[in-house]
Amino acid sequence: MAEMDTSGGGGHKKGPGVKKSKKLSTRVDLTPMVDLGFLLITFFIFTTTMSQPTAMKLFLPKDADKPEDQNKAKESGVITILLGKDDHVFYYEGQLDNSASNFKSSTFKEIRNVLLDKKARTPEKDLVVVLKPSEECTYRNVVDILDEMAVNVLKRYALVDISDIETKLVKASEAANAAAPAK
Amino acid sequence: MGRAKLPRKSTSIDMTAMCDVAFLLLSFFILTTKFKPAEAIAVTTPNSVAAKVADTKDIVLITIDKDGKVFLSMDDESKKEIIANTLNSTKNLGLNVQAFKKAGFYGAPFSGLAAFLSIPEEARKGGALPGIPAKDSTNSEIREWMSLVLTAYAGQKANIQLKGDNAAKYPAFKTVIDAFKKNDILKFQMITNPESIPVGSELWKSAMKGEKRTE
Repeated sequence: MAEMDTSGGGGHKKGPGVKKSKKLSTRVDLTPMVDLGFLLITFFIFTTTMSQPTAMKLFLPKDADKPEDQNKAKESGVITILLGKDDHVFYYEGQLDNSASNFKSSTFKEIRNVLLDKKARTPEKDLVVVLKPSEECTYRNVVDILDEMAVNVLKRYALVDISDIETKLVKASEAANAAAPAK
Repeated sequence: MGRAKLPRKSTSIDMTAMCDVAFLLLSFFILTTKFKPAEAIAVTTPNSVAAKVADTKDIVLITIDKDGKVFLSMDDESKKEIIANTLNSTKNLGLNVQAFKKAGFYGAPFSGLAAFLSIPEEARKGGALPGIPAKDSTNSEIREWMSLVLTAYAGQKANIQLKGDNAAKYPAFKTVIDAFKKNDILKFQMITNPESIPVGSELWKSAMKGEKRTE
């Protein structure tokens, strides 16, 4: 292709007395250029596939107007997760006690063990996870906890509005946590 | 005169051809890469283990930015035209249908939509725009938008997608979900960044067994 004939093929002879200058080859070693080319190729291949956004599917339940139409869940199989401000997570099992003694605090890291523990203790058909995001939590928290459902293969979960009592409890616990940090 | 000349063979290979191939491939990859369009609304999406790649056709995308402002964008221009005409006839907004068709996204209350469309496309930046009112549930215009979209699509499949910022607060998300529910949209996709499945988790175990995931 684009090559120059530098071999000379004899050429014409220089006259006597003329010093024969050493012929330098015009060929360049292209190996590093090839290396660079392939390096860039691999870079482009990787970056293009990585940035593909994925979609997480969410199915919403239809709003049931009458309480009779709503799904019933066994109390023993229910675990409620509350999402608070600054990535705080709270949970309780079954119904909330009057004294809120079963209201526990957790984090996004620990909640997986809590869920797995609950899953191991409960028959599969009874297990329902109720997710109650508070006003203060972020979209990221919601996606994270929904993701947690996927990671732990929990089939039955519901996004439910938080009640006033729970909001107060979350607020109070957050205040307590803030007062005594470094757990 | 055929003098057999034994050529001296060199061990170095001509790299030109390989170099050509490498750069051909490189230019192919560069040209086929779809550049992310400069986003008018800055959103950092959360991560999830979901592995399904988001649809790219017939999308209706609701974006929630970090301040909880809601924006809507669609890719089908014919559907946009239907919506513009409906808005003009029912609400008398006097919208410029062509400008409505060309707009990449919408982020203004109905009353300010004509003014929104008069802003040049490049100058529409998420931070300065009011967004579609969705904060309080009584006067949620996003609900009306969704019903407009559904009528425009009239039975055809629209891929409803929701893209939220990490820092967006839950109430904004909730009003959007409520708007979906009110319009009987019970299936939608949330745009996320891929994340690897935590090793040792239940999902990981089932993936190792080769079970297919139910999304």
